[in-house]
Amino acid sequence: MTAPAATARLASQALAETRTGGKGHLRFGRQLVLQLVCIAIAVTVLFPMVWILAMSLDPRNIARPDSLFPPGASLDAYAKVIAQPTLNPVSFIRLALNSVIIAILISAASVTIGAFAAYAFSRLRFRGREILMIAILAVLMLPAVAALAPLFVMLGKFQFGTFNLRSSLFGVALAVTASQLPFAIWNIKGYLDTIPRELEEAATVDGASRFQTFRLVILPLATPVLAVTAFFGFIAGWTEFQFSFLFLIGDTNSWTLSMALNGMVGQYAASTPWSQFSAFAILVALPVMVVYIFLQRYIISGLAIGGVKG
Amino acid sequence: MWQRSRDSRTAYMFLLPALLVMAIITFYPLVFQVWMSFTDYGLTNLRYNAPPPNFVGLQNYQRILDNNIVLPNFDFVRILVFNLFWALSNVIIHLILGVAVALILNIKGLKFRRIYRAIYILPVVIPPIIVATVWRNLFDPQYGAINQILSGITGILFKAPPVTLDWLNEPNPILALGPFILPVAYFALLGANVWLGWPLNSVVATGALQSIPNDLYEAAEMDGAGWWQKFRTVTLPFLRPAMLPYAIYGFIITFNLFYLSYFMSGGGPFGQTELLVTTAYRLVSEQHLYAVAAAFAIFEFFILLGLTLITNRLGKATASYDA
Repeated sequence: MTAPAATARLASQALAETRTGGKGHLRFGRQLVLQLVCIAIAVTVLFPMVWILAMSLDPRNIARPDSLFPPGASLDAYAKVIAQPTLNPVSFIRLALNSVIIAILISAASVTIGAFAAYAFSRLRFRGREILMIAILAVLMLPAVAALAPLFVMLGKFQFGTFNLRSSLFGVALAVTASQLPFAIWNIKGYLDTIPRELEEAATVDGASRFQTFRLVILPLATPVLAVTAFFGFIAGWTEFQFSFLFLIGDTNSWTLSMALNGMVGQYAASTPWSQFSAFAILVALPVMVVYIFLQRYIISGLAIGGVKG
Repeated sequence: MWQRSRDSRTAYMFLLPALLVMAIITFYPLVFQVWMSFTDYGLTNLRYNAPPPNFVGLQNYQRILDNNIVLPNFDFVRILVFNLFWALSNVIIHLILGVAVALILNIKGLKFRRIYRAIYILPVVIPPIIVATVWRNLFDPQYGAINQILSGITGILFKAPPVTLDWLNEPNPILALGPFILPVAYFALLGANVWLGWPLNSVVATGALQSIPNDLYEAAEMDGAGWWQKFRTVTLPFLRPAMLPYAIYGFIITFNLFYLSYFMSGGGPFGQTELLVTTAYRLVSEQHLYAVAAAFAIFEFFILLGLTLITNRLGKATASYDA
C-alpha cells in the first residue's frame, strides 16, 4: 500500500545522487572493466523497455513478433489501440477517461482530507493522538485488498434507482481511498514535521487563528508534499485493477485501462497482436513516467528539507 | 490546561473529515469483516432484501486450515510457505545486488556515473501492472524475448535446438519438499521482481555510502587494511542501519506483491505461485465465498502483524549492535 511513497522518494533521491560522486582517477584497464560491467547492467535494465517499444512499432502488426528490429516502423498499433484496444466496443479515450475520473477522485479526497489530519498530528497535542496514529499505521501495513469482501458487500447495498455504488467509478474511488488516505496522512505529516515552528509562531503572535496559520503559512510551504501525494493518489487510480475488475466488470462503458490490459494478456491474449498490447502498455505507462520525471524537482526539494532534520 | 483542551477541540476539528471517512470506509469494514467471518455470507445474501446470513462460528477458519475450499489447488500451508520464501529470497537478492551496484557506482573516478544512475532507476517509475504484463510477454514459451535470447546463445555455442521452456506453466517443479514447492514459474517471477526491485536498494545503499567520511577509509588504509577488511570494518557498519529498515519494508511489500503473481503466472502451475493476497482476491472475485474470504483476510492480518513484530524486533536487535 505504501509502495509508491517510498518508491518515489527514493527515485528522486537517486536523481539527486546523479549530481554527486567522487572525483579521482582510475587506471585505464580498471575503468574499461567497470564501464563494461555498468553497460551490461544498463542493458538488462533497458532491454524489456526497448523490446516493448520495438514491438509496438512493428509495422507488420503480426500476432507474434520475432525480432528486436522489425523492418521499418509504424504507429499502426497505436492507432488501433486508441480506436479499440480490446474485443469490446470501448475506445481508449473512454477507458482513459474512466481511469482519470477514479484517479482525480482518489487524489483530491486523499490530499485535502489528509492535509487537515496531518496538520493536527504534526502540530497539535490532543487526547487520543497516540492511539489514532497507531490505528493509521496499522492500516498502512495492510494490503489494499485487506477489506475486499466487506467493501464488496457494503458498497453493493447502496442502491438508488438504477445507480449502484459498487458498480460505479465512484465506488471504486471510495474503496481505493480507504487505503490511500492513511498513506496521505502519514506522508504529509512527515513533511510538516520538518517545517520550523517559528514560522507559525510569528503568525500566531500577529493574531492569526489555527486555521489561518494552516491555510496561509503551512499549506503554501507544504506544496511539494501535497503535489507528490496528489500524484501518488493519481497513479493509484490510473493503474487501479483489483477493485475496478471486481466492481465494474459487468459494464464495458465503465471499464478502466488496467481492466483492458488484463483482457489483452488474459484468455484473449492469443487473438491480440502483441504490437497492440505493447502500444497499449506504453500509452498507460508513459504519462506516469513523464510526470514522475517532471515532479522530481518537487520531490527533491521535499527531501532537501527533510534531510536537515535527518 | 485550558490551552490543552482548546487545542484538543481544534485538533478534532482538523481531524473530523479524516476520522469520518476512515471510520466509514476503513475501520467499519474491518470490523464488519470480523462479523462476516463467523457467518456463511455468500452470493445469496448479496441481493437486496436478502435474509441475513447464518452464524456458523469458526467453521470458515476451520475450512481454511483443512483446505476444504472449492478454490482449485488451495493449500493454506503451501501458500504460506511459498509466500514467506518468495518475500525472503527476493529481499536478499535485491539487497546484495543493490549494494553491489551502489559500490561499483561509488568507485572514485568512474566515468558516466550520472548516466548510469539515471538509467538504473527507470524500472521504478513504471506502473507495476505494466511491469507484470510486459514480463509475462517476455516469458512466452515460443515468442518471448527470454527464450529467443537463450535460443540464440545455445544455438551459437552448442548448436542446440531452440529453447521452448514454458516458464510460467511448466508442470514439473524444480524442487518439492513437502509443502515447499518451487516451480519454474517462481524463477520467472523472481527474474521480473529482481529487475524491478534492486534499483531502489541501490539508491538506499548509495545514500549510506556517501555519508561515510573519507578519512575512515584513509585511516583503515594506514592500518594496512585490504579491500575486504575496509568493506567489513568501515562500509558495512554504515550500510547496515540504512539498509535494514528498507529491507524490512521491502519484505512486507514483496510479501503482499499482487501484480506479478496474478498477471505473470496467474498463480500457476497448480496454484504453486499463489500468494496470500492473490488467494484472498480469488476467493472474492472467482468463488464469491465472501465469508471465507473474510476469515482468510483475518488470518492474513495476524500473519502480517506477526511478521511486522518479528522484523521490528530483528531490526532493533541489530540496530543496537551498530549504535
